[in-house]
Amino acid sequence: MAKLILSLDGMVIREYPLTKERTTIGRKPHNDIVIDNLAISGEHAMIMTILNDSFLEDLGSTNGTLVNGQPIKKHFLQNNDVVELGKYKLKYVTEAIAAQASPADFEKTMVLRAPPASGKGEPKPEASKAETTTTTSVGKAFGDTVVNPEMMQTHGPGLREAARQAAASAPPPPAPAAASSAPPAQPAAPAVGTATSPGSVPAPAPAAPPAAQPAGSSAPLGTIQILSGPSAGKELPLSKPLTTLGKPGVQVAVIAKRPQGYFITHVEGATFPVVNGKHLDAQAHPLNDHDVIELAGVKMEFYLKPA
Amino acid sequence: MDLSKAIEMASATHTGMVRAHNEDSIGTDAAVGLAVLADGMGGYNAGEVASGIAVALISKETRETVLRIPPYEADGETGEMMATRILRNVIAKANASIYQAANSQPQYAGMGTTLVVALLSDDHICVAHIGDSRLYRLRDGGLEQLTRDHSLLQEQIDSGMITKEMARRSQNKNLVTRAVGIEPEVEPDVGTFEVKEGDMFLLCSDGLNDMVEDEDIHLTLTSLCSNLSLAATQLVQMANDNGGRDNISVILIRVKRPFPAERGWIGRLKAWFR
Repeated sequence: MAKLILSLDGMVIREYPLTKERTTIGRKPHNDIVIDNLAISGEHAMIMTILNDSFLEDLGSTNGTLVNGQPIKKHFLQNNDVVELGKYKLKYVTEAIAAQASPADFEKTMVLRAPPASGKGEPKPEASKAETTTTTSVGKAFGDTVVNPEMMQTHGPGLREAARQAAASAPPPPAPAAASSAPPAQPAAPAVGTATSPGSVPAPAPAAPPAAQPAGSSAPLGTIQILSGPSAGKELPLSKPLTTLGKPGVQVAVIAKRPQGYFITHVEGATFPVVNGKHLDAQAHPLNDHDVIELAGVKMEFYLKPA
Repeated sequence: MDLSKAIEMASATHTGMVRAHNEDSIGTDAAVGLAVLADGMGGYNAGEVASGIAVALISKETRETVLRIPPYEADGETGEMMATRILRNVIAKANASIYQAANSQPQYAGMGTTLVVALLSDDHICVAHIGDSRLYRLRDGGLEQLTRDHSLLQEQIDSGMITKEMARRSQNKNLVTRAVGIEPEVEPDVGTFEVKEGDMFLLCSDGLNDMVEDEDIHLTLTSLCSNLSLAATQLVQMANDNGGRDNISVILIRVKRPFPAERGWIGRLKAWFR
């Protein structure tokens, strides 16, 4: 469960867990988070929470709302964002999510639908109507376009229940660290990742620590230097995930940049590439520093260029 | 009409690095011009059951139907290609079958599946989808997503709540708003697109597009278009290298040459000699 920590001049005043779908912030007493200060508007801002995502919206306040120092109208809250209203600060923290619910559970595909009426699979129409009233307001509050109420209604108990069930029935998270903010570009551990190409054993990678490879900045960059033919001496940095070499229609190979290192694979043509005098087969082949590749009658050297 | 000379297909499916089961199912038939991909959901092995039923039933029914009803002919009622009606019908059957199984056997309660189906005929591709499995097209060097996910994130993007950039960081991934087998009836989105020689199509489950940026998918398809099966395994490998948090399935279709329908007896005769 995400929460907001209210503070003034560095002194923590209170914590507010974001339990409701709609949490309002303002000076007037009917708000969920009341800040009794003249710099705060009566209805200053609100936060809509859908499962683990929270969205902050300024409700047209006089003095505005800042997130991390920037004035915002709407904002998708990220862990450790600092929301400022007047002199008050609200820190948004989601850490508990990572500890409680497994990230894998949330990645399991689930269907959003109205909660089934007890037992039978059919949702009761009355039940859905009742929910629509609470949720259309959500649509309006955020609506540049009003969200389809039928769809929005499923944000209610149905979804939460699905999430809770998933959380309750699932095994412990395999990688809790990746839970909250990990972008998809996280590298896999070097031991894994070869499953689809049985022949591609991770490269020994003498100078390339696998974990640093995808970042690209500190790891040495794989480079091809042409040794023979008209473009002898030319260098080709292997900065992209895939680089194709050769002559289309004659012989083509591809070099893949992976967390474990660089791999060469035959793509097309009757003859297979030669590495250090040996013909490759159809499998991916790991490249080592100073390997010599022969392809479409051209010799080239693979080497790791220090960053 | 056998399309296997005009189109080439390759596919790959993988459990990924985190999951215990592969709940995705895929099926291809280049002769019929059919590709089916489903990403199942549900407890224990129910997800595999749901996606398995969808792929098996849709493949079988479509194969049988196109023998009786040419998919390229115009539908008298709608004016669309018959292929769209065929897809709607077989999807309705798959939905009913999964729904029935889910409601009659407690271990399958609540199971369902996403679905993307492509049927090629007469220089056209007809695509139907439900949920967040996708169809992309690579044409003239540009990659375009032809399907629009039925997902919470897509709805949030459409309503202006979040941007595509924010969506990548959202924790509400994989919440679909439509799936096969959950309700007694389901409405697929069906579209028909003209096909050009050299076009490449990618059907994939969210295990690919959640882990691999469109830019890298694009790079893979353009770099490896001459070796379709390598392109398919490369896409799976990239998803796994990036963490492989979900099952990954891909089907690739490459149009080697046009495949206009042979109408009338001369056409059929020509096709017979080909």
